[in-house]
This record gives sequence, C-alpha cells and structure tokens, in this order.
Amino acid sequence: MLKRTPLYSAHADMGAKLVDFGGWEMPLHYGSQVDEHHKVRNDCGMFDVSHMQVLDLKGEDCRNFLRYLVANNVDKLKESGKALYSAMLNREGGVVDDLIIYYMNESWFRIVVNAGTAEKDIAWMQEKANGRAVDIAIRSDLAMIAVQGPNARERLWQAIPGSKDATESLKPFYAAQYGSYFIARTGYTGEDGFEVMLPSDDAENLWNALNSLGVAPIGLGARDTLRLEAGMNLYGQDMDEQTNPLEAGLAWTVDLKSERDFVGKDALLSKPVKFQLAGLLLVDRGVLRSHQPVSTPCGEGEITSGTFSPTLGQSIALARIPKEILPGDEVRVTVRDKQLRAKVVKYPFARNGKSLI
Amino acid sequence: MNANLKYTASHEWARLEADGTVTVGITDHAQSLLGDMVYVENPEIGRKVAKGEECAVVESVKAASDVYAPISGEIVDKNEELDGSPEKINEDAFSAWLFRMKPDNASDLDSLLDAAAYQAVVDSEAH
Repeated sequence: MLKRTPLYSAHADMGAKLVDFGGWEMPLHYGSQVDEHHKVRNDCGMFDVSHMQVLDLKGEDCRNFLRYLVANNVDKLKESGKALYSAMLNREGGVVDDLIIYYMNESWFRIVVNAGTAEKDIAWMQEKANGRAVDIAIRSDLAMIAVQGPNARERLWQAIPGSKDATESLKPFYAAQYGSYFIARTGYTGEDGFEVMLPSDDAENLWNALNSLGVAPIGLGARDTLRLEAGMNLYGQDMDEQTNPLEAGLAWTVDLKSERDFVGKDALLSKPVKFQLAGLLLVDRGVLRSHQPVSTPCGEGEITSGTFSPTLGQSIALARIPKEILPGDEVRVTVRDKQLRAKVVKYPFARNGKSLI
Repeated sequence: MNANLKYTASHEWARLEADGTVTVGITDHAQSLLGDMVYVENPEIGRKVAKGEECAVVESVKAASDVYAPISGEIVDKNEELDGSPEKINEDAFSAWLFRMKPDNASDLDSLLDAAAYQAVVDSEAH
C-alpha cells in the first residue's frame, strides 16, 4: 500500500497523474510537465512535498550533536531562522542523505530529509544521538507545500493573511515561524519562493487558497527538470552511500577547514579526489539520460541526471567525469548505439527565469 | 481511437495508403503515457526492417520509448517535420506520422489489431 500525503485527494481532483515515488503515491504532472516547468520559471507554482520528513531536534546538546553528525559546519548557523544545506556521511565518507538544517534556538534545530531515505536517516541519527541530551521528534503531523517562482512570495502572503510582516524581511535560506506555519525562503527550483511546513489538517486549505489565487499545482516531473536546470543534486541519482561528496559537486558543503571531527571526515581526508560533477550541454540532437557513459580525453565518466531542459530548449545533464576536464571541453556520450557530442559547462544551467548558459 | 487504422499491442498505428505504402505512428494512448515529446529519431530511408524490430525512438521529457515496425518491409519516407516540432505528436498523434514503409506483404496488415482489439489492450493495461 502506497503512502499518501494529506493532499492526495486534492491531487486526484485536479487531474494529477499519480505515480509511485519511493513508496509514496505522488503527482507526476497535472497535464503537461513542460507547461508546469515554465509556469514556475515565469510566474509561480505549488508543490506538495509533504512526503519529505521534518525532524525536530530538541535539547541542550543539539549543536554539538550536529557538529559531529553532518559534513557542513553548523557553527555557520548563528542567527535564528538561518538554514544550512549539508550532506550526512557514513564512516566511509559516502552520502547517507542530503538535508537542510534550520537553526531556531540552541535547543531547537529543525531538519528536513528526503522521503525515500527518512527511515534510514532517523535510525542513523538516533544511533549517533545515543547518550546525548538530544531528542529527535518525527513530525509526521506536518505537511509541506513549496510555493516557487517570481510571484510566489506575493501569492503566499495573499493566501496567509498576516504572514507578510513575519516573512517579508527573510533573506534567502532563512525561515520564520508564523502561528502554526513554519515559512522558509528555500526551495528546489532555482526560483525565489517559500517552503511552508504546516499542520497536516491545514494543508488542503492552504493548497486550495493558493490555487484560487492562480497558483498552479506542479508535479514531480517538473520538479526534477527545475532542480536539474538549477544544478541541484538529487539523492539516489547524483549521489548515494558510495559517492564521495567531493566528487559530487558538494565540496562547498563539506567543511574540512575547522578542527571539528565529523562522521566520515577521516575517510574523506584519506581518499584521492578523481572525479568532479560537471554540467553537460548536448551539441547533437537527442536527450541525455542518467547512466549513459561519457568518454573524455582523460578517461570515462557517467551521466548521473539528464533531461531535456525546457528553459534552454536542449538536453542537459549532470555527469561524473574526470576532474581534469574543463568547461568548454567536448566529450562524447553513448546514447543507444550512437556517440553524441556534448560540451562541458559550468552549472547551474538556469535560475530566476533565465538561462545561464 | 481511429477506426480506419490498424494497431499493435506496443502502441503503434498503421495505415495502408492508396499507393500501397503503410504509414506508421504512435497512438494517442502512447503519447499520453509519455507526455511532452522533445525528440524523435526516425529510421534511415532505405532500411529494411522486420516486424517487431526497433526502428524509431520517441523521447519525452520523462523517458525514451522504442517504436517497433508493425510489419516487415522497407522504410521509404520519414516525417522530418517532427525534427523541429516533436510536440505535434502530443497535439495529434494520428496525424503526426513517423515513417512510411513499403510492406513485404500487404496482407501482413491483416494480422494487426483493429480499433476494438486495441482498445481492449489499452483497457487491460489500465487495470
């Protein structure tokens, strides 16, 4: 039996094509994935991301615990509401999951983890928290709606009267509590907007209020093309427990400078970095897809995520290729029986409504 | 569903033309499953294909899907308009044809599904 979010019947009513996504019955699209993609880049759209797991860390030892648990340094979190993206590593330096940590106060940090890895993550965290003054609360009572696009903030302020004063001054990657709403200026699209965590019972009201303001529902299909254009990793595709984060475009999130010890640090320091995550732009006709082999003058690589980019009108990919390859270099991708030419580019490919290529 | 066409269980349609060639495309059901089309790779003209052989690929944003030859024969024409506008398949799958074949045996068409039999295939997949 697939799990359903509090918005399941709303999706069905809106004509969603529902699919099994990591054990959850989720909307893939509501008609056209490409139209939904453009809607978010040019106006705004809303996503049901209630399948993602919210965890509340409470207790006086939260910060110390997180210093050890994740690869990024939570000491960057000084101001209440500030968010931090990080990988959580295993002892071998592989990625257990990627997550966002919101710092509220010294005895309350909120973490959002991926849906498909939530159970594993919780077990991992509980094991590491054993004996510490940290309590991990699993907030299955919360739903999450992301509103993304250039007009997203305005629409949310219209949908939740009074929320503007509490969130207008939020900078990107900050969150604030407004009544029972936890409103964060974060997202997975490369557009401005909010992610709103709220009691499950209120989710349908907010969803319908946003929809009546002209905010279109967006499925997981467009969520994937938006995040790929924005150059954001997808767990399970661009990295997993076997992946070195330093070879997966996550070096900026791994703090190896401080004295602090964290899980996986020793393994990372002892491993040579041979690969990089690079952007590819297909020169020939076709569509790049994950797992297609990439040939370069410095050795072989592989596409981790590939798609047709609606914003660029051509195919793009993230690929793990030898680290010596530079932007502007040409590589070959094996697509079925053909060798197609692709250009290495710096990603993100598109953000804030525009192509960056 | 178009009553004048023949179908395969792998979601191709085929139409016998007055000149004896057979026009091939994918069904409306197939395009709706695949979603927004972004790329079509048609076979080379002159290629000989056997019934059931992979001979074209249609790709949506979501996925790539093989297209199989509904009958045996030679590829004699392909729809180059789809190179620049693959979305025409989404707009009207029964007019956005992919390629034309000269059949080895015109009677091979008789072995394909009629509209009612194809509808039954679609219905059974829905369950």
